[in-house]
Amino acid sequence: MTRFWPMFRKEFIQMRRDRLTLGVMIGIPVVQLLMFGYAIQTDVRHIPTVVLDESRTPASRDLIAAFENTGSFRIIDHVDGRPDFDAAIARGRAQAGIIVPPAYARDLGRGLTATVQVVVDASDPLSSQSALGAAAGVGQVKNLTILAAAAGRASLPLDVRVRPRYNPGLRSPNYIVPGLVGVILTMTLVLITAMAIVRERERGTLEQLIVTPITKTELMLGKIAPYIGVGIVQMTAVLTLGRFVFDVPLSGSLVLLYAVSLIFVIASLSFGLFISTLVRNQQQAMQLSFFFVMPNILLSGFMFPRQAMPAVFQWFSVLLPLTHYLQVLRGILLKGAGLEAIWPQVLVLVAFAIGLITLAVRRFHKTLD
Amino acid sequence: MSDVAVDIRELTRRFGALTAVSSLTLRISRGEVFGLLGPNGSGKTTTIRMLCGLLEPTAGTALVAGIDIRTAPERVKMQIGYMSQRFGLYDDLTVAENLAFYGGIYGLTGTERTDRLSGVVRFLGLGDRLTQLAGHLSGGWKQRLALGCALLHRPPVLFLDEPTAGVDPAARRNFWQAIHELAHGGTTVLVTTHYMDEAERCDRLAMMSLGHLIAVGTPSDVARQVGGQTLEEAFIILQERDER
Repeated sequence: MTRFWPMFRKEFIQMRRDRLTLGVMIGIPVVQLLMFGYAIQTDVRHIPTVVLDESRTPASRDLIAAFENTGSFRIIDHVDGRPDFDAAIARGRAQAGIIVPPAYARDLGRGLTATVQVVVDASDPLSSQSALGAAAGVGQVKNLTILAAAAGRASLPLDVRVRPRYNPGLRSPNYIVPGLVGVILTMTLVLITAMAIVRERERGTLEQLIVTPITKTELMLGKIAPYIGVGIVQMTAVLTLGRFVFDVPLSGSLVLLYAVSLIFVIASLSFGLFISTLVRNQQQAMQLSFFFVMPNILLSGFMFPRQAMPAVFQWFSVLLPLTHYLQVLRGILLKGAGLEAIWPQVLVLVAFAIGLITLAVRRFHKTLD
Repeated sequence: MSDVAVDIRELTRRFGALTAVSSLTLRISRGEVFGLLGPNGSGKTTTIRMLCGLLEPTAGTALVAGIDIRTAPERVKMQIGYMSQRFGLYDDLTVAENLAFYGGIYGLTGTERTDRLSGVVRFLGLGDRLTQLAGHLSGGWKQRLALGCALLHRPPVLFLDEPTAGVDPAARRNFWQAIHELAHGGTTVLVTTHYMDEAERCDRLAMMSLGHLIAVGTPSDVARQVGGQTLEEAFIILQERDER
């Protein structure tokens, strides 16, 4: 491995000299974190809601207040007729609507079943689901209060207490930020090394390099080594911002987190190198990298839960290094998991790293054809 | 090592239906400056690339410094220096960094490395340019730097593929002086060229056409064998024949 160090030094100098790329690599995590951290909220709240109150009684006003108090609905307008109501939802001014019929207060007073209609624009499933849940909740609470009062009870017969462990506030950043560490590392590192060998091929420097006695392994390891540092810097940036800007907890061992991340960084860089041996030019390298990065973001469980996916895709997602790394990240950051809990994922990541770098070395030939 | 530095035996390379080099047999002696001459597409570059291990031969083989390029291509690499047609060094590294990199890649360390580096810098007059980025050098200086990087490990055999293409005449003359100095020191040089004045300066020449060897000998021998008064005439005869 005597030729590893000159290769490493050369790559390091070139990396340092390419200020733009280096800036982008450090800038991307910061920008993405702020973007994802602030913009992406999976708990939909304050859905613009239109109200058609045909009852106009204290009871109906009480009901509408109950809807608003859930925090899920924000009343934007009271309309006078069905056409105005439909128009508000059709035009997208409101995403939900509440119709209280004229008989509401009367039926309620007589002990009949009073009906209330909640209309939801389901073209956006995420926010409509949140509205449906909240509406059902309002109905249930109202029902129970009325029934309990009728039965003359002070308390309810059953009380289910849900304790959301590890993320008691159910905050989105706690879920998104750890995932973002993995996504950013995958996005930038795969692309960087995917370019590494084709760039030398395109510039004509590979020809000169492969007439020397350097071995394939020395060449490959020398190429990825400087970027391991970049990966660690990116990760530190995201974690630091996540901790101090978004209050994401760090429950577990930092040392363990960095050790496992090192393995994941090497696996990602190795995958990029493998791509680099498959393609003929930088454009192909970029396309192939994106082709690989997309399923990582969509299927790894970064934004959409894997449990919701069809079995085929759940199996497929096992083949993505990010899937395993995300479990490690969330495990250590949110649950304070130790090695005894995450060793299966760690083993898989080690296998990925070794397998991918071996594959890249095997695929690479010190010839021009 | 015997007096034969490069022993090419029935070397053949096909790219699909095209035969770029067709059973080429040649012997180049130690310390010789040997020129490969021929129109574009005659197989010069393919020949050199096979000898360097950059392309695998389809058939035949060659011994470079006594080592078989087919069975031990990696061992050949320590014995050769190579300059490709296109500048193959790093534009974003300085002259000194390029030299240091190749010194390291050829396994030089400690005082040996320092001595070799300063020796090459002195030999090629690169002293004033060490801190310049290679990408900012003129064509002539780039060639010198490339030659310098190819010489650091003192290879017994040098392969130069059109080393002076696009370089001004003064720089070309200097470059050839360096080549002859190396040959006097025992280095074998195999060089391809398009320039007739450069071909005239070779000890011996091989004229190639469409992958075949047409003539071998001293420059005047080769001219006569092809049927021209001068080398240039011989070259034009060949080129016109190829185009038909």
